[in-house]
Amino acid sequence: MNWDWDKLREQQKKQQNFNQSPGGGGGNGLPPMDDFVNFFKGKKLPAGLIILGLIVAFLLFFGNSMFFTIDTSEVGIVQRFGKYDRTVYPGLNFKFPAGIEKVTKVKIKRVFKEEFGFTTLSTTQTRSLISNQDSNDVENVSLMLTGDLNVALVPWIVQFKVKDPYKYLFKIHDARQVLRDLSESTMRLVVGDRSINEVITKREEMALQAMENLQKALDSADAGIDVVTIEMKRTNVPLPVQPSFNQVNQATQEKEEMIYNAKEEYNKAIPAAMGEAEREIRQAEGYALNRINRAKGDAQRFTAVYEEYKNAKDITKRRLYLEMLNELIPKMQEKYIIDEDQNNILPFLNLGKASK
Amino acid sequence: MKNNSIAAAIFIIILLGGFLGYNSAYVVDETEQVVITQFGRVIGETIYEPGLKFKLPFIQKALVFKKNLQHWDGDKGQIPTEDKTYLWVDTFAFWKIKDPVKYFQSVGTRQGAISRLDDILDAAVRNAVTSNPLVETVRWTNRELDKIVEREDTADINTGRKKIEKSILLSAQPKLDEFGIELVEVQFKRINYVSDVRNSVYKRMIAERNQIAEKFRSEGRGKSAEIIGQKEKELEKIRSEAYEKAQALKGQADAEVTKIFAKAYGVDPEFYSFIESMDIYKEKLASGDTKFVFSTNSDFLKYLKGLEKF
Repeated sequence: MNWDWDKLREQQKKQQNFNQSPGGGGGNGLPPMDDFVNFFKGKKLPAGLIILGLIVAFLLFFGNSMFFTIDTSEVGIVQRFGKYDRTVYPGLNFKFPAGIEKVTKVKIKRVFKEEFGFTTLSTTQTRSLISNQDSNDVENVSLMLTGDLNVALVPWIVQFKVKDPYKYLFKIHDARQVLRDLSESTMRLVVGDRSINEVITKREEMALQAMENLQKALDSADAGIDVVTIEMKRTNVPLPVQPSFNQVNQATQEKEEMIYNAKEEYNKAIPAAMGEAEREIRQAEGYALNRINRAKGDAQRFTAVYEEYKNAKDITKRRLYLEMLNELIPKMQEKYIIDEDQNNILPFLNLGKASK
Repeated sequence: MKNNSIAAAIFIIILLGGFLGYNSAYVVDETEQVVITQFGRVIGETIYEPGLKFKLPFIQKALVFKKNLQHWDGDKGQIPTEDKTYLWVDTFAFWKIKDPVKYFQSVGTRQGAISRLDDILDAAVRNAVTSNPLVETVRWTNRELDKIVEREDTADINTGRKKIEKSILLSAQPKLDEFGIELVEVQFKRINYVSDVRNSVYKRMIAERNQIAEKFRSEGRGKSAEIIGQKEKELEKIRSEAYEKAQALKGQADAEVTKIFAKAYGVDPEFYSFIESMDIYKEKLASGDTKFVFSTNSDFLKYLKGLEKF
């Protein structure tokens, strides 16, 4: 009779254990169970001892599922018979045993991360996959159509927290999946309204818009999730197109360089030419001064000489003439004197030699 | 022995009671709703409130259905747009069991529901994509794009992605009513070109970029030429202006000089001519190995001929 009773209790306990496990809360596996069963097999012990053993086992079992700790990063959501009852906070907590109350711990302080379009393991891997076919998922996540119907590679990260553990647990079936899907559709919405140029250059702006839209979508799905940040990784064009984009960058550089060179040439020439012009003008001014001063000097000299000449015209003229000859003749290297009657002297002179 | 059988009887009663109690009580979770059936027929209202509930043991059955938001992932498929571009379209939806009784009667299980959703939503998505040009499924506003090349197929949209998604939802919802399913959201997860189209798009992108690159280079050359031209113009201007000023200055000086000389020499032009000639003879005739041929007929040498001439 006792034997049957034991067996039934054991069955019930198993049942309870089974009930309790999806709760994810209290008791962990109860390893004493197997020992307990083995212990009774083939052995007969006094009834008192058996009952004592059972009580100890019950205490262990329920005690384990009645007291639990909540870590500092978590809260516990306690359900009584399935209905939400209360939220418990970090520390040691008490609840009714499994089957009546169940606790689910939610890490509300922890920031979770979802990556899209790349894996942190190796970025080179994702890069090499870009040219592959539609089968590859990592590639497909980041591959997007832009508003001007080009193709861009947009990898990003969503960081999120559980804002409302009640909604997070009870309002949506698979919060992670909802988050992933909404992130993808939101990012495509944002990219779909931008040109390829904007997708490549305006990542900040896109991240902000995506964050705003994703938060709205999550709120309307009642997901209880708070988007902490969306971080855009390096956006790019697909690998086969990349060289042509680099070409454009290079061409931009070349353009800048050409303009820069021309400006340099301009700056080299113009100030120099202005200086040159200034010099020319100064020179002309110098010329003018020189000419005028000299002219004045010459004029004064002439006037002075003339004043004296006026008084003795003939003699002064003769004197000046002879003085001139006196000065000139010693400087002559060859002098020929020809009688006025002698007319054909010129052929004898070797004039060519002189010019040589 | 008698005590024992009493104890056994009590124990059996407790057990039976417990068993009946266990069978008549059930728990409704926060995420669940329950329909009670009696011999397969639905009895009473659907129970939405979570907590501990009771029913008749054995006769009644509690059927548990989810009440929270469910996820549906569409079949990824190739769909042509209205402008005949082939796309891979991947869709997802959120749905709820709105009417568990209908749901239980028509589809029964989650698998059943998913397969109905597959049929109805895939068709609705296909219809929506096929009846719109590509750009309508990509864009959702007519925001001004920073485009490098204007093309016909990127013209402004009339419907847009969000409205197309909405239209899918609206067209699918009536068909799902009979299954007790409420569609909450339908969205495109991914829309991509199929690989053939993608390759030609890549080619077009490359061509566009090359065009841009050439445009930049040409702009560079143009701007550079403009600057060089400007430089040359300014050089000519600076030089000619300087020349003009210089010549004017020189001209003024020459005029001044002419005036000075005219005033001074004008007193006796003959004497000026004489005295200037003397200076020139002195300075200019005596340079180098000048040969001088004098005639005795000259005033200077006339004395060599003799004095009788005087």
